[in-house]
Amino acid sequence: MRRLALVDGNNFYCSCERVFRPDLIGRPLIVLSNNDGCAVARSSEAKRLGVKMGQPFFEIRHLVREAGLIALSSNYALYADMSQRMMDILAQYAPRQEVYSIDESFLDLTGLAEPGVTISERIRAQIEQWIGIPTCVGIGSSKTLAKLANHVAKKEAGGQASGVCDLTVLPSAARDLLIDPIDVEEVWGVGRRVGAQLRAMRIGTVGQLRRAPADLIRRRFSVVLERTVRELNGEACLDIDDIAARQQIVCSRSFGAEVTQVEGLVDAMTEFVAKAAERLRGQQLLASQLQVFIRTNPFRTQQRQTSSALVIPLVVPTDDTIALLNVAILALRHIYRPGFRYAKAGVMLFDLVREGWEQRDLFAEADESRHRLMATVDGLNARYGGGTIRIGRTEARQAWEMKQTQRTPAYTTDWSALPIASARPRLRSTPKFG
Amino acid sequence: MSVPIPLLTSAPLELVDVGQRVHAGFPSPAQDHQQRRIDLNEVLILNPLSTFLFRVSGDSMVDARIYDGDQLIVDRSVEAAPGRIVLACVDGEFTVKILQRHRGSVFLQPANPAYETIRFCEGQELTIWGVVTWNLRQILHDKVGRS
Repeated sequence: MRRLALVDGNNFYCSCERVFRPDLIGRPLIVLSNNDGCAVARSSEAKRLGVKMGQPFFEIRHLVREAGLIALSSNYALYADMSQRMMDILAQYAPRQEVYSIDESFLDLTGLAEPGVTISERIRAQIEQWIGIPTCVGIGSSKTLAKLANHVAKKEAGGQASGVCDLTVLPSAARDLLIDPIDVEEVWGVGRRVGAQLRAMRIGTVGQLRRAPADLIRRRFSVVLERTVRELNGEACLDIDDIAARQQIVCSRSFGAEVTQVEGLVDAMTEFVAKAAERLRGQQLLASQLQVFIRTNPFRTQQRQTSSALVIPLVVPTDDTIALLNVAILALRHIYRPGFRYAKAGVMLFDLVREGWEQRDLFAEADESRHRLMATVDGLNARYGGGTIRIGRTEARQAWEMKQTQRTPAYTTDWSALPIASARPRLRSTPKFG
Repeated sequence: MSVPIPLLTSAPLELVDVGQRVHAGFPSPAQDHQQRRIDLNEVLILNPLSTFLFRVSGDSMVDARIYDGDQLIVDRSVEAAPGRIVLACVDGEFTVKILQRHRGSVFLQPANPAYETIRFCEGQELTIWGVVTWNLRQILHDKVGRS
């Protein structure tokens, strides 16, 4: 039997911030998405205040004054660095690892001698010691079950030990008791929309989904969901993906006339991002990372040459043109330099995940309407020809003025932003002399 | 002969062995013994995954030759044993002190007679964030261009 583990960081962005801000431990803390728009990470105290995943900040702003809620802007550089450390630590534990997202990793423990719970406790202890991030480990005989086990591990006294749940060592009756009552939306691959459709068929729990006839699921939904059902029943259909390179969507073009001003590049980039996002939605994928690149014509040797690219990891995987545009334009303005005749530009969306399979299901009310807008835009463009509906320039102009008013310093990636070790007297005590 | 080398903290710093004349491309019989140039990343950072950098603010550790503005290399995977200089969290703030233990109590000792020792008893909470392994102090603050 396969033994797959899913290790993930608890409230990862919040935890990263707390490593360098111990004063934030125990306080209600959230991290905001691009543009300081909505909460993409919540500490347990913030969850207890009722803050929902993906909730727009304007709805909860009152909690800052009323309950001492702290809201920080996303610190991409920090999260990426802490993630890399975590993944490198985990790599030592199994012959095969799949880094699934910025804070989740699958490990193939099949064939290793030690009990899963023992390995898991060592993993949690080492990550906590080396980088200060709390984690949970779920183990199952399939990826879907590993994810579910991780969900169980997060609950108080959910698994065998705090933060650990190994389904593979439980007798089937005990395992069923543990996972069957779980809401069907929590299953990997079942988002809010599929969940609503399942509930309409009176399938509302893991137990009910497990017992649903495979061919019915395949007919009404997809072979992908049928695979999920088989995985819930212990069959490992999805393997650990060792391949580092993931698929990507690229949209780029060489210009007819060279561009020297940034506004010209912004116009072009707007078009590229819109096209790439449309393709993304057509495949029902979300992008986790985005790269913009611009360059001069290398064959015009008498000109000054430059070629720049910048990768931005997205705090939340998305297929939303506006969200992607926000990031792309910001990146573009960052790498643009005057005095060059740019001949080509483009955008690459990569680290693609299937819709519904991303870690956080962010289709809250606000995003649902944005999602319908995108679907309408795509429908009209498909019917009347591409470019029928374009993102307006005014919207695009506002789009790149991304707010990041409450970002903590890039502690581990910027020499000038190192965290401070105080060698000063504490405020409460007075220094002694003599 | 000394040659100015810009310090890039994100790239390995290569130190040339001053005792040998270096001609690019010329083989040298001494080369077999020398192998690769000294890589400061390997010297200073034994465990990159658990190592972080901090900057010192204040003078409570001057007797240990840690001064205001110094950069500390802190390793979270090193055991916090008594006598070692540690980075601790006290009242939500990072502080650098000497760790001491005596009869069931833990102390954070400064290295400056003007400062008092912080003492922790049974039940009180002290978090050791990591152990200080190196102190980096910049000598030349580059304000003019190079020749």
